Amino acid sequence: MSRSEPYVEAPIRAFAIATVFWGVVGFLVGVVIASQLAWPLLNLDLEWTTFGRLRPVHTSAVIFAFGGNALLGTSLYVVQRTCRARLFGGESMGWFLFWGYQFFIVAAAVGYVFGVTQGKEYAEPEWFVDLWLTVVWVHYLVAFGGTILRREEPHIYVANWFYLAFIVTVAMLHIVNNLALPITLGHGKSYGLAAGVQDAMIQWWYGHNAVGFFLTAGFLGMMYYFIPKQADRPVYSYRLSIVHFWSLIFLYIWAGPHHLHYTALPDWAQTLGMVFSVMLWMPSWGGMINGLMTLSGAWDKLRTDPGLRFSVTAVGFYGMSTFEGPVMSIKAVNALSHYTDWTIGHVHSGAMGWVGFITFGALYWLYPKLWGKKALYSQKLVSWHFWIATLGIVLYITAMWVSGILQGLMWRAYDELGFLQYAFIESVAAMHPYYVIRMMGGVLYLSGALIMAFNLWKTVTSDELADAVPAPGSAGISAPIPAPAE
Amino acid sequence: MPTKIEKDSLTGKDTTGHEWDGLRELNTPLPKWWLYTFYACILFAAVYVVVYPAFPFQGATGMTGWIAREAVVDDVRNAQARMAPMMQRLREATPQQIAQDAELRGFAIAGGRIAFANNCAGCHGAGGQGAVGGFPSLVDDDWIWGGQHDAIHTTITHGVRAGESDAERTSMMPRFLADGVLTLPQVNDTAEYVLSLSDRSTDAAAAQRGANLFAENCAACHGERGEGNRDVGAPLLSDRIWLYGGDKASIVRSISYSRAGVMPAWGGRLNPAVINMLTVYVHALGGGEN
Repeated sequence: MSRSEPYVEAPIRAFAIATVFWGVVGFLVGVVIASQLAWPLLNLDLEWTTFGRLRPVHTSAVIFAFGGNALLGTSLYVVQRTCRARLFGGESMGWFLFWGYQFFIVAAAVGYVFGVTQGKEYAEPEWFVDLWLTVVWVHYLVAFGGTILRREEPHIYVANWFYLAFIVTVAMLHIVNNLALPITLGHGKSYGLAAGVQDAMIQWWYGHNAVGFFLTAGFLGMMYYFIPKQADRPVYSYRLSIVHFWSLIFLYIWAGPHHLHYTALPDWAQTLGMVFSVMLWMPSWGGMINGLMTLSGAWDKLRTDPGLRFSVTAVGFYGMSTFEGPVMSIKAVNALSHYTDWTIGHVHSGAMGWVGFITFGALYWLYPKLWGKKALYSQKLVSWHFWIATLGIVLYITAMWVSGILQGLMWRAYDELGFLQYAFIESVAAMHPYYVIRMMGGVLYLSGALIMAFNLWKTVTSDELADAVPAPGSAGISAPIPAPAE
Repeated sequence: MPTKIEKDSLTGKDTTGHEWDGLRELNTPLPKWWLYTFYACILFAAVYVVVYPAFPFQGATGMTGWIAREAVVDDVRNAQARMAPMMQRLREATPQQIAQDAELRGFAIAGGRIAFANNCAGCHGAGGQGAVGGFPSLVDDDWIWGGQHDAIHTTITHGVRAGESDAERTSMMPRFLADGVLTLPQVNDTAEYVLSLSDRSTDAAAAQRGANLFAENCAACHGERGEGNRDVGAPLLSDRIWLYGGDKASIVRSISYSRAGVMPAWGGRLNPAVINMLTVYVHALGGGEN
């Protein structure tokens, strides 16, 4: 290992680029399918461009491609530094993970467009793509775990607990939900091992914990590194981090049945899904408190650091959607919200507000570091990105709240004679204005991402190199910082 | 690196004494409001699982005995019971009688509207306006199978060419070209004649030749002057309302290959009271005949 670059960084730079690339792709496809819902003609009457084919391209692109690259990249960055150890498997492991993961994304997306799908939400790729992802993921676990095992620090930093929980649990979810038998080894089609309500339960055990462990635990890991770094402050409470970590991990895994309220799923399972979701409220908020309170003594930085503004707003959206989630899991509320756009709005306040913003904040901090530049090309553009994207989210989620609650009320409305007041198609027609507003929110969010891509590109290609890095201590504490170990 | 507890000068709190890549943690206790809210949620869960079914055993329904399936059955039964007296009157009356009784009519229009929107609007349009390509408008008086209450009732109950055993409304137009009854020039001449019935022919000689062909092949169903025949569902051909398009190419295609559109039979899907309500509703859309 050379002293100038003790840590593996080149593949992490690639992950950082891929995050931005797939983000733009995912947001763009999102705008396309949002437009299709507002104007069905845009399905173009071609099988490859219909909503049904493109929707998984959008969801996989934003969750697994944008979010996944962000998680892989930042986790490999964070684990090396907080363990003072070089990545287990070295540079070649990093490159295998990078290209292996990109191959998975492309294979999955091509499959969707041509109709190769298991038809399981967020687990659409067929068996051969699933197998490949399993190979990549096991390498990821080995690389991450191996780095932790060779650490020079006596303790494992909290960010790494969350990243590790994410890696281990996603491996388990992925394998169990994708247990399937291909028709033949030469055939792309497979049939899942479970059937009926068992299949539905496994699917939503998977689906909910994809949210819980991919989009929550993983990104909490990101939050626990980048917010204290950006704020240059110590984490608010170590005890809270322990308690909320273990309670979150334990409770999340049971909450999946709330996706199947009022279905053929037995009552007892629905009840468990609901009460575990309610209990999950505070463990989720533990992360929000630790994120926000870490800023105590450094709130003024929000004025000068728009990147930090992203991270803090992300934590705010995280708090909002992790309150909304338990509320929606209550059966009486779910009776209204189920199958409506309210669910779509809920997911997007989490995805755009929390996952997107915490990633943008991390990227703005990481890019100058990864490329050894003095600073970002333009703080002003970061600020523009922030306000445009925030406005986009607000348009998106308010439109979906209104349309979702409107749908729910229209579907259950009876007139005084006892007849349904609205036909289903009338509720569809009533959605049009909200679908247009949602699409405009998406356009704003995409525009912000394009501004970010430009800003980061100019940062990477700028000539202003960083000075030799003096490691900063947390403000308020003065202690010497040791150099990374050999 | 050894544990080294420090004091954070900004908050006055101690750190845990660990440090990673410049990151430290304060040893702040759990926020009380957080902890007590967490306990409250756990308490809520504990109570809820006693009150509602929460265990995978037969008969473990919780203290309230509430079962989702039974709750739905109760709701449906109550709703049906509330409407039962009126539904019975609607079932026993004829559509004409319903239309003449203000109370029944109001009920039938409300119920017919939603039944139409959920079952019929997909083809006939939200307002019954129909669509080109075989979906007749129900708001005008140009009826293919008849616009009286009885005729509408029969059409809804049995559909059109729906393939059911006690079939009505099954007559089919022959495929004159495809089955070799007419040659293509003859089809062309016949089409010109059909166009002439609504004063749109552009080739008088062809229309002249077509007149005989029409009389031999078409008039039996569509009438000598294309006035149509509702007994066999043969549309009126002398107006400008066309189910499959009234331009020459569409007419040539209709003569050559026939059309034979299908409407499902609703008798087996909707109960008699709903079919009566639909009949009254469709009759009232604008084109109903007495």
